[in-house]
Amino acid sequence: MAIITMREALRQALDEEMQRDPTVILMGEEVGQYDGAYKVSKGLLDKYGDQRVLDTPITELGFTGLAVGAAMGGLRPVVEWMTIQFGLLAIDQLINNAAKMRYMSGGQFKIPMVVRGPNGPAEYLSSQHSQSFASYFVHVPGFIVLAPSTPYDAKGLLKTAIRDDNCVIFLESEMSYGLKGEVPEEEYLIPIGSADVKRQGTDVTIVSFSKPVLQCLAAAEELARQGISAEVVDLRSLRPLDEETVYASVRKTNRVVVVDEAWPNAGVANYVTSLISRNCFDDLDAPVEEVTGMDVPMPYNHTLELMVQPSVEKIVAAAKRALYID
Amino acid sequence: MRSIKGYKKDFLLPILREMLLVRRFEEKAGQMYGLRKIGGFCHLYNGQEAVSSGTAAAMVKGVDVLLTGYRDHGHALTMGITPNEVMAELYGKVTGCSKGKGGSMHLFSADKKMWGGNGIVGGQIPVATGSAFAQKYLKTGGATLCFFGDGAIHQGAFHESLNLAALWKLPVLYLCENNQYGMGTSVERASSVKDLYIKGQAYGIPSKQINGMDVIEVYEEVKSALEAIKRDSFPQFFEVRTYRYRGHSMSDPAKYRTKEETEAYLAQDPINILKDRMVQEKMLTEEEFQEIDKEVKEIVAQSVEFAENSPEPDPSEITTDIYA
Repeated sequence: MAIITMREALRQALDEEMQRDPTVILMGEEVGQYDGAYKVSKGLLDKYGDQRVLDTPITELGFTGLAVGAAMGGLRPVVEWMTIQFGLLAIDQLINNAAKMRYMSGGQFKIPMVVRGPNGPAEYLSSQHSQSFASYFVHVPGFIVLAPSTPYDAKGLLKTAIRDDNCVIFLESEMSYGLKGEVPEEEYLIPIGSADVKRQGTDVTIVSFSKPVLQCLAAAEELARQGISAEVVDLRSLRPLDEETVYASVRKTNRVVVVDEAWPNAGVANYVTSLISRNCFDDLDAPVEEVTGMDVPMPYNHTLELMVQPSVEKIVAAAKRALYID
Repeated sequence: MRSIKGYKKDFLLPILREMLLVRRFEEKAGQMYGLRKIGGFCHLYNGQEAVSSGTAAAMVKGVDVLLTGYRDHGHALTMGITPNEVMAELYGKVTGCSKGKGGSMHLFSADKKMWGGNGIVGGQIPVATGSAFAQKYLKTGGATLCFFGDGAIHQGAFHESLNLAALWKLPVLYLCENNQYGMGTSVERASSVKDLYIKGQAYGIPSKQINGMDVIEVYEEVKSALEAIKRDSFPQFFEVRTYRYRGHSMSDPAKYRTKEETEAYLAQDPINILKDRMVQEKMLTEEEFQEIDKEVKEIVAQSVEFAENSPEPDPSEITTDIYA
């Protein structure tokens, strides 16, 4: 298998799907001539032309809403938000039109579109560009929300997302575009709603999604050195959520840590914790532990911003708390 | 006022009849609301009938797409959704045009290319722009008509959409139905400029003001605009001057308006204007008009009966139509 970056995996997914279906278009700020702010769309303008790869003005509400209409009209738009943070300007169009048009019309329309871009903390960006909004979208019926952690998952899920007939929010990570991983040469798809056990273990389950999965795997390594066998479940799909894979792991280990880089209140971590607590109550040998970002805006100072976020050390400590090991 | 001399009776009479149908339908909807048969928000179209009927007559049905805001009963009817389906939707019945899931503000028909009302002020404007994008991309030969009120023109959605439509040369006609009030706030109190059409010119879009009380003017202007829009693939913008007789919604007694103002507009009622001119040109008699009025009242009465007798949606409908 080839070893490629997350950036290249995403680019391949876009390229292959644009090749496959002429109704797939890509629009967003700097996606064309500039090759994308993070170079995910590199070369696509040259290959598909400016009718299919559209540089937009800086007008997130406008072009996101335009994509909703284009999707209703028979196209499959992929909208790149330069970051999900800028998507706040467009969230009305997504929640009130993309997520609800089908319902409000009694099922007369479908909205096959993908909105993708980097979500979550990066580095040295202070408070407006370093935050995770996964829960904002997971909250809304009508959306599908995907958040891959590896190049393999990113490619397979993005291809599925583009072919899906619903509005898919596809959360990437700025810090992971250079992450390398194995990706097969031949075509593959990953189904929506399937979590992936990234590491098998027997003593404690660590559940996460997106970039923090890497920290969870590093934490599992450290725990192994201390004689603790941790299983790492990568949710990959946040809506719909693969509850069965999570519960199967919890039934095996009886102890859980949920890791989410977002703020602690009303986040995806809380949601997963509540599901586990309700549905696996008799299987739990300890309260579900959560490792999240701190309840503060992101500071600029690098030492402080790292302190605010989940870390390998925090995950290891939480796993040991779940095991009642001091 | 535009002359009707160049038009035949068999063109004008259906338009007159349709405007009257919308008027009587809205009167009945208001009445049923008062009887608590209809709940929630209900924004009536009385007074603005020439806008929807003039436009509908100029459109290519089944090809051109229409979107509007929450004051959408008139447009739904003139786009060809039956009074039965609209009234049943207001009642929340499963036989409604949106299966009872949309209600007054969300009247849809994918077949008739009525892409609905929208409950968020200006929320439909980017979507309409995207419809035009798809029409151009897929070469359907159609254009999109995007209606919104004077209250919506200050939203970013309007400005962002017009910029994109001009930039990407999209076949869309934006129509601001300026009925002088965004809920209870008059245009003078909300807009930095008096003439709203100049806001389209800021984006290099051909823009003009038209009289929305004269159905012939609306028809002629929209028809020639649509031809140009399709020929040149470039947007246009109309400020359509009109007036709503009723309050913003059913809970609004419209105390912010003077009796004199409302009476002045009633004197240029769009239905009476067309009727009087047709009588003048000997295309219509008072008796014929009364006969038509009787017919449409009967259709409206039947729509109430249909809605009342229609079943409620099955509870299983709660969880359908969320995902495709």
